[in-house]
Order: sequence, then C-alpha cells, then structure tokens
Amino acid sequence: MATGSTTPIAATARAEASPLPGLIKDAGLFALVTLGLCVPIVSYRTDLGQGIGLVITTRWGTVLALCAAIFVLRLVQQLYLTGRARRRAARAPVVEGASRLAAILAPITLVIALTLPLLATLLTGSLGEGRYWIDLGILILTYVMLGWGLNIVVGLAGLLDLGYVAFYAVGAYSYALLSTVFGLSFWICLPLAGLFAAAFGVLLGFPVLRLRGDYLAIVTLAFGEIIRLVLINWTDFSGGAAGISSIPRVSFFGLPFTAGENGFAATFGLSFNAMHRLVFLYYLILVLALVTNLVTLRMRRLPLGRAWEALREDEIACRSLGIDTTITKLTAFALGAMFAGFAGSFFAVRQAFVSPESFNFLESAIILAIVVLGGMGSQIGVAIAAIVMIGGPELLRNLGFLKAVFGEGFDPNEYRLLLFGLAMVAMMVFRPRGLISERTPSVTIAERGR
Amino acid sequence: MTLATGINRLATLQDEPPAAIPGGPADPVLIVDHLTMRFGGLTAVNDLSFKVGRGDITALIGPNGAGKTTVFNCITGFYKPSEGMIRLVQKGGETYLLERLPGHDVNRLARVARTFQNIRLFPRMTVLENLLVAMHKPLMRASGFSILGILGLPAYRSAEKAGIEKAAAWLDRIGLTARADDAAGDLPYGDQRRLEIARAMCTDPVLLCLDEPAAGLNPRESSELNTLLRLIRDEYDTSVLLIEHDMSVVMQISDRIVVLDYGIKIADGTPDDIRTDTRVIAAYLGVDDEEVAAVEAEVGLTGTQA
Repeated sequence: MATGSTTPIAATARAEASPLPGLIKDAGLFALVTLGLCVPIVSYRTDLGQGIGLVITTRWGTVLALCAAIFVLRLVQQLYLTGRARRRAARAPVVEGASRLAAILAPITLVIALTLPLLATLLTGSLGEGRYWIDLGILILTYVMLGWGLNIVVGLAGLLDLGYVAFYAVGAYSYALLSTVFGLSFWICLPLAGLFAAAFGVLLGFPVLRLRGDYLAIVTLAFGEIIRLVLINWTDFSGGAAGISSIPRVSFFGLPFTAGENGFAATFGLSFNAMHRLVFLYYLILVLALVTNLVTLRMRRLPLGRAWEALREDEIACRSLGIDTTITKLTAFALGAMFAGFAGSFFAVRQAFVSPESFNFLESAIILAIVVLGGMGSQIGVAIAAIVMIGGPELLRNLGFLKAVFGEGFDPNEYRLLLFGLAMVAMMVFRPRGLISERTPSVTIAERGR
Repeated sequence: MTLATGINRLATLQDEPPAAIPGGPADPVLIVDHLTMRFGGLTAVNDLSFKVGRGDITALIGPNGAGKTTVFNCITGFYKPSEGMIRLVQKGGETYLLERLPGHDVNRLARVARTFQNIRLFPRMTVLENLLVAMHKPLMRASGFSILGILGLPAYRSAEKAGIEKAAAWLDRIGLTARADDAAGDLPYGDQRRLEIARAMCTDPVLLCLDEPAAGLNPRESSELNTLLRLIRDEYDTSVLLIEHDMSVVMQISDRIVVLDYGIKIADGTPDDIRTDTRVIAAYLGVDDEEVAAVEAEVGLTGTQA
C-alpha cells in the first residue's frame, strides 16, 4: 500500500519538475521575439526639436518593460495550461472525491440541522437574538423538503414538472381554508392537505400520461398557472388576490404557544417566550423534511421506486417487463405532490397568511433549479443546493461594505437574480449533471449474504 | 385488483380449445391466426398464420423488411393488429388473447417476454437492478404494493433477498457476476445482449421472444448464445421465438422455422425442410430469369405482369 501510494507521487513530482526549464526557455523565446519587434517600433521615437527638424529619443526602458511583461505573461499562461492538462488527467479521482465529500457532508449537515436552534442561541447570546438564523433555517428546510419531493417526480421518475408549486399551493390553501372555515386543527389538516395535493397530482397525471419531455413540461407549467389563476379569480372560495389571513397558529399537539395558563410554557413550567413556537416550527419542518427523505430512500429500494427509475431510463422496456406505466407515473406524481402538500400546509401555518402571490412560477423554477443543481436523484445534493440557493442570497444582505465601493445607492440584493443566473450558467458548464452526479445503486450484490 | 381481474376474464377464452392446424406442432404455446397489420396503405403483415410449439425454439426469418419485427410487436402488445387473433395457451390450458390485452399485461398476465433489436436496458441502473426491475410483479406483491415495504416489514426484505438470489443465479449463468454493480450502459455490447435476455427470463415467461439476439455478436459470442438458448429451452418451461439473420444460429438451434417475405409466410418447417425449400432460396438469393414465372406460380404471386 505504501509503495503503491508513493510511486505516483514521485512520478507527479518528476512531471512537475521537468517542464519548468522548458517553460522558461519558451517564455525567453517569446521575450526575444518581442525585443526584435520592439527595436524598430518602440525603441526610437522622433520628437519635434527645439528649432527645425526632429530629434530621436531612445526608450530602452519601455522596451525592457515590455519584454519582461511578455516573458511573465507567457510563463503564467503556460503554467496555467499545463496545470489544467494535469487536472484534466486527474479528473476521475476528483469525481470520486465529490462522492466522498458527499458522504462526509451528509452527517455534518444533519448534525447542524438538528442542533441549529441551540447553535444559534449559543452564538448570538440568546434565543431571541438567534431568531434570524432559525427563520432562515425554516426557510431553507422548506425548500429542502420541496426539492426532495420534486426529486421523486423529476429525479427518479424523470417526469419534468414545471408546475410543482401548484401542489404547494393546494397544501397551503387546504390548511388555510379547513382551519378558518371548519376550525380544524393543524394536526388533522396536515394529512388532509397531503391527500388533497396527492389527489391533484393524480388529476394532473392523467392527461399527461402519454406526454414526455418538452410537452410534459409545458402542460405542467400550464397546470401551475391554472391553479394560481383560479386562486386569484375565485374570490368567494379563496379570497382572491387578497388571500386568506389570520390562519390559526400551530399548537404543541393541542397546547397553544401562548402566555396563558393553558399554554405550552405554563404546562411545562417554562417562562413564556415567543421563540418557543418558532423553535417548534423549526423542528416540525425538519421532521417533515426527514420523513420525505426517508420515504424517498425507502422507495428507491422498493419495486415501485425501481420502476420509477426504470421508467426514466426506458419506458418501452418497462412495458415489456410487465410494469404498468400508468400506475407507475401516477404514483410518482401523487407522492411528489403529497410532500408538496405537507410543505404547503406548513407554509400556511408558519406565515398565518396565504395569497396566490406566494405560488408564482418563479417558485417552481427555484425548486426545479435546486433539484437540477443538486444532481437529479441525489438526496444530499438537493439539500446542499437548497442551502446554497436559499441561503446564498441571504449572504448578499451582509455585503454592506460594497456600498463603499459602488456608491451609496448600491443594493446587493437587487443583483440576486443576476447572480442566480450566473451561478446556473457556471453550474451547467462545469458540472452539467449537478453537484452530486453519481447515482448510488439501490442494491448491491455484496448484500447477498446479509 | 378487481378491474385487472375483469380484464383478465375478458381476455381469457376457456370455451374454445386451440384448433390443430395440420402439420403444425401438436402442443402449441402460441397460435397466430390470420394476422394482418396495415400501416396506412402499407400491409406489413398479410394473413399470417403459424404456431409455436411448447418447449421448442422457433425461428422467424426472412429478408429485410419482411415484417418480422411487426409480428413481434403484435405478439408483445406494442401494436394492435388490424385483423387476426393471437392466442397464448398456458400449460394449464388457460388461453389469453394477446391482441386484446393492454401492453404491460402481455407480460404480466400472459407471461410473454421479449428483447429488442436495438438493446433496451436501463443504462444508468446497475446490472443487478436491471434484473430486479424484471421481478416487479412478485416483489410488488411482497411489498404490499409499497405500503408494507415503506414500513420496513420483514416480508419484503426476504422477498427482495430471494429476488437477489435469483438475479445472482442468472448473472452466474451469463457470466456477469463480477459486473453486477456496474451501470448496465457501461457493459460491452455482447454482455448487454445477454443481460437483456436474462432480464426477460427474470419475468418467468412462458414464451420468450428474441429480436435478433445474435446481431453484432462475434462467432464465439454467437455460440455462447446458442448454449444459453438451449439451456433456456431445456431447463425452464419457456418456449423461444426468435428473429434472426445469422443462419449459423438459426439452423443449429431451431426446432422449427417460419419464413416470411413481404409479410406473407412462404415456408414453415424443420431446418432441413427450409434449407431445401425453393421459395426460401428464391426469396433470399433470387432466381434465374427463366425460373421467375415458375417460382411466382409456386409462391402464388399470380396476376403479376408476365
């Protein structure tokens, strides 16, 4: 093992050492050519003399500077090019490194997610001070959950869905309406919202069963818009563009987060703190997201999940193997929609206000971007992408020092979408298959003896 | 479930026993009756009748464009025939009308499996996963249609283990055990062909339809394929129907050969019959000018411009 690892290193060192004299020689040649060109062009200059005629002035200093500049530039260019070639050659280990990185990142991310309220309290001094971080955590986790839900439809089953936010809206309005009209509690509405959204998933699934690729994308996009427009225009039902406000807050399994004596704090003998509700919401969305993840991971090992992936790979082969593609597609749509429904009802209970504004196409695009950037089908990739995509713009808020550079009127936040676009382009160029592009097999032969 | 059973009943003919065509196999597994397939004005298959004997390897041959793959697509439910009847008789005598079954039920209920002319594996999934996808039906039942499986009940785990054992046995048979965890798309061409056959066999078919299984194989791989097909015929309750251009495969392993030309059956018999059949030789090699009229009369192409 030791010799096996030292030999390549020695080889690399030799490869690193050998090109340098050659590079210097090459750069020297370039400088020499520059000198040859400079002598007639740069080194002599004619100026108007004092009286009549011209005076020649020499500029050897400039020539020297130019030659030196060319020498350095050429050297840097060559070093860069050889470095890139070597990096290209070593690309395979880099990819492996990415998957190992993912294996390390997953538990770290989970531990941070589990202890975030504690960390925020410790780092900022008090629970109240940590509010910003917990809020941000809730926001990111909502998108992680949505990303994981959409991953079932897009990443596993390969059905491009541009209207995913419609199911999020169905979930949110389910809770908003059921709680305000019928007075049902969140814990009853949560599964109902999931069921409604799943039903809408099937409803969307039926007409698009025969469609693939672009056509499917267009129909799902239209579906998303239809839901939004219905919510805006059916005022009697949904309150129209004004939305629904004063939606009941979440309770701790029946105990409200209030200062009263039946409240959460009084029951558990704690002093009342408005942050209790926020921390509870944080853990609620964390549990919901982890459930989504667990179900997806389990599904991948089940025949239905494998059928989803097989459907993504080759629908005709699926049919020849006796897989009912109709049921398979509909279940993917329904399950993906169900998790969006859960997330939607969480959104409603957290905001206590829903309006169609929250469910526009940009939301769908962001969720889809999270899935694509994360690497379709990769769970940890989607989580990292959600953190980057949702948490990243928050960084912009803290870039106040840029005002000193670009002037007082500069607001980094206004460049959010520009940076978003740039990041997408860069991603598509450098890692076209997403952050974590390797697919983990759902089962391996080594497990035979298990 | 009830809907599926209903369709099953509808497509099952218990009353009519398969009629014996003189000269055909005594115990047919597949009976194709007066099959016609038209695409607009083009008649790809015209009034074709033949039988596939149980436990036989039957080859369907013919020049390019003779309609062989169209026949396959009709049998395996990818096309609905314009006319005719395709019956599959299982060992117990249960008969399915394949042309009436929805695409996936041809495999799920009637248990007809197929491979494709241009290989259709699941390229990004591993070799093992490809085989497990083929065991969809039994595993789906074991997982309680995913509901019990999600809860992690042991019933599914043992079923999956049995499935992996079965897949491993097939991998041993086709010599791909070492590559079980590699993506199927990364395998060499010949391995992909064998994997596709193994995947079809994992559905426990009564009839296995192979569309040009030897295409693109070298002579050694071809002879391995012969061994594999014989093994399938002898050790499993599976009859084989194959389309093939490679005559070394066809003549060596076929028990019966059906020859198509321009969508019409021109010969049907044992390899020895076919080898000497003048119409087959004419279809493949052409004939001398003076013999054209005689051959046309024999084939039945009367009314052509003399």
